[in-house]
Amino acid sequence: MIRKMRPLPPFDPAVLKAKVTRDHGLHPMDVYLKPGRIPHIWCPGCGLGVVLSCFINGLKMAGLRPQDCAMVSGIGCSGRASGYMNMDTYHTTHGRAIPFATGLKLAKPGLTVTVFSGDGDLFAIGGNHFIHAARRNIDLKVLCVNNFNYGMTGGQVGPTTPILAKTTTSPYGNREHPFNLPHMAHAAGAVYVARWTAFHARQLVVSVNETMKKKGFTFIEVIAPCPIGYGRPNKLGPGLEEMKYYREKSVICHEADPSQVGIDLSGEIIVGKFIDLDRPTFSDLYLNAPVDKDKK
Amino acid sequence: MKKFWRLPLDAGSHTIPIGEVRIIKERCKGCGFCIEFCPNKVLASSKAFNAKGYHPPEVVKEGECVNCNLCEIICPEFAIFTVLKEMRQVTREDILKYTERHSPSSGEAPDEEPWG
Amino acid sequence: MSEKAVLTGEHFFIGDVAAAEGALAAGCRFFAGYPITPATEVAERMSRRMPQVGGIYIQMEDEMASMAAILGAAWGGNKAMTSTSGPGFSLMMENIGLGMMTETPCVVINVMRGGPSTGLPTLVGQADVMQARWGSHGDYGSISLSPSSPQEMFDLTIHAFNLSERYRLPVILLTDEIVGHMSEKVVIPDPGEIKLLERRKPALNLPPEDYLPFAGGKDLVPAMANAGDGYNVHVTGLTHDEWGYPVMSDQAQERLVRRLVEKIRKNVSDIILVEQVGLEGDLEAVVVAYGCTARSAREAVERARDRGRAVGFLRLITVWPFPEELVRNLARRTGVFIVPEINYGQVALEVERCSAGLAETVGMGLMGGTLHTPEEILEAIEEFGGRARS
Repeated sequence: MIRKMRPLPPFDPAVLKAKVTRDHGLHPMDVYLKPGRIPHIWCPGCGLGVVLSCFINGLKMAGLRPQDCAMVSGIGCSGRASGYMNMDTYHTTHGRAIPFATGLKLAKPGLTVTVFSGDGDLFAIGGNHFIHAARRNIDLKVLCVNNFNYGMTGGQVGPTTPILAKTTTSPYGNREHPFNLPHMAHAAGAVYVARWTAFHARQLVVSVNETMKKKGFTFIEVIAPCPIGYGRPNKLGPGLEEMKYYREKSVICHEADPSQVGIDLSGEIIVGKFIDLDRPTFSDLYLNAPVDKDKK
Repeated sequence: MKKFWRLPLDAGSHTIPIGEVRIIKERCKGCGFCIEFCPNKVLASSKAFNAKGYHPPEVVKEGECVNCNLCEIICPEFAIFTVLKEMRQVTREDILKYTERHSPSSGEAPDEEPWG
Repeated sequence: MSEKAVLTGEHFFIGDVAAAEGALAAGCRFFAGYPITPATEVAERMSRRMPQVGGIYIQMEDEMASMAAILGAAWGGNKAMTSTSGPGFSLMMENIGLGMMTETPCVVINVMRGGPSTGLPTLVGQADVMQARWGSHGDYGSISLSPSSPQEMFDLTIHAFNLSERYRLPVILLTDEIVGHMSEKVVIPDPGEIKLLERRKPALNLPPEDYLPFAGGKDLVPAMANAGDGYNVHVTGLTHDEWGYPVMSDQAQERLVRRLVEKIRKNVSDIILVEQVGLEGDLEAVVVAYGCTARSAREAVERARDRGRAVGFLRLITVWPFPEELVRNLARRTGVFIVPEINYGQVALEVERCSAGLAETVGMGLMGGTLHTPEEILEAIEEFGGRARS
């Protein structure tokens, strides 16, 4: 067969280098950010930038350097976060961030591996992987940014969308019960379960710091505004209005019973650190199991 | 209305951090978080535009920033941060400013009298 | 069994167990799998041996998680493997595509069984051949190896790891239930006699900010920095440029996808392995076979040659990339290709395509569950051999 193809366009490394020189380093947190990748793709008023900022501050508080960490993300707006971090980052397939991170952590136990993903990626397609990694207590730090919809694809209904909420695929109002994420995480076996909103930036930094120091499967749910995908169809206003709503309706209740912290469209949001316990991790149990060297 | 008749006895052991706000105007996307959530309401939306067409914030209360870093943490765009300029001693004027700010005439709810 | 990874000596293994031992001999220290007939024995053997040699066996909740986990372990610096059969292979396709796009070295064993769907779980099939080449969406180059005996299960698993490290992609060991479950003598050599390849790392004196994680060298294969090596690499399934950054442009797509395909196409002379018997001169027929079928085919060819017929035998050890040049050249010297396989005709299609009309192709397809007998292949040689070239 004869193949006739267009001439291959060249690659010029200098294009990026120019952008880096112009823009990188202006902000104190730029050292944790990938050079030349800011501004990010997220909408004005999106909570993801806040969560990423809190995450970076949490790493700083925990004293972790970029070479001590890795981040694995899935697909969706939150999945793009790994592209902005200046460490080894892996942007994997939809829902499979947790098993990928499992392999990565078991192969390189010295790394602190964070899974940064969204409510749809972690609990719809990724739900099975979430509960099994929690059950096994794999030493992963899971940060779930919950914006109550599938934002990247335009705002479709998801497993955490509150009842009666409007999205592009629930035009008459969602008629499905949503998950209660802290309840699921606790039931599956997570050793640290907390929920904050993007408004509770300082508490989130402290939570991230605590999970970095904790061994085992940790879970932080962060409720974040999605002005375009969720805020507009549900008349919640721009990102700032959603943040003010969190300020007004959040109730801090540490050690609340996770089964009682479900969210509905206009009710209060219970935040805080719900679960903090200790359990042997998968590595603790597997690597210390006695092995019969002569077993047939 | 609470009023301090004199400087508190331990005023000398406290200092107020004074911060300087630095804004990277071209990164701002006009979300308004820093303006709304600054505890001292130091910022307001400016009339100027950046290249993307947004109004970045500007400092409207010079000298009021206390370097709490909330804007730095809460900005989604990594477009604002504060640096510590100096640590200032507490003065009588600071105390008066606090009591005036929270007096009924300023429209805010009065503090409860601690004496019952 | 022992804490030694290489069990030097003579053994009587089933193919699945030989493949597991081959992986250990190749340095594999991470196995994530899910039980599925007829590949379960690979997982069982690994679950016993991995703790003995200091590796990790983790039974994931499904095949998609297994594939994702071995990609993660590969980026963590390990040689990683999984094993499955048809239904699991279909489930793994999306993440095999991720492995191709991110150029992650690992090995996937597919012990083929009767399909489609649940099919014949305990009986042989060979109908996943095209899927092994084209299974995931999009364009990419692919390597599949096809062992015909438990000894080859051992040897070719090591070779699969070497190819995956050399060319940075998931390599598929495309075997079948007969080879996987048959017991035969397997000779495991000394560790010193086993040649192993490792992934190419970035040059030592290269500063991290100058390292281009997805720029191919002269052989189109980029150097690979593992997690924690200090290069802060971003690895993504999105189309990316040489820095690894997602770039939504047709120029980046052109550069990247062409390189993924040509990485294999331009290196076929290094990758392709075949066994050739009696392929000199003008031939009445050439029998092309692979896997378990090759055992019957070889016997049939020997009997035909004993009767004085000029019949050649071509065994595909690498099914993909397909030996296009070789088949095209053979088509000039023979009138007919006979391709027995346990599917409706998949390699037969490739043979027909590559013979470019110069020779006839006879596809002898069985749908699954049993093997061709040497007699029926000999019958086909008698019936079709000696056909004039068109």
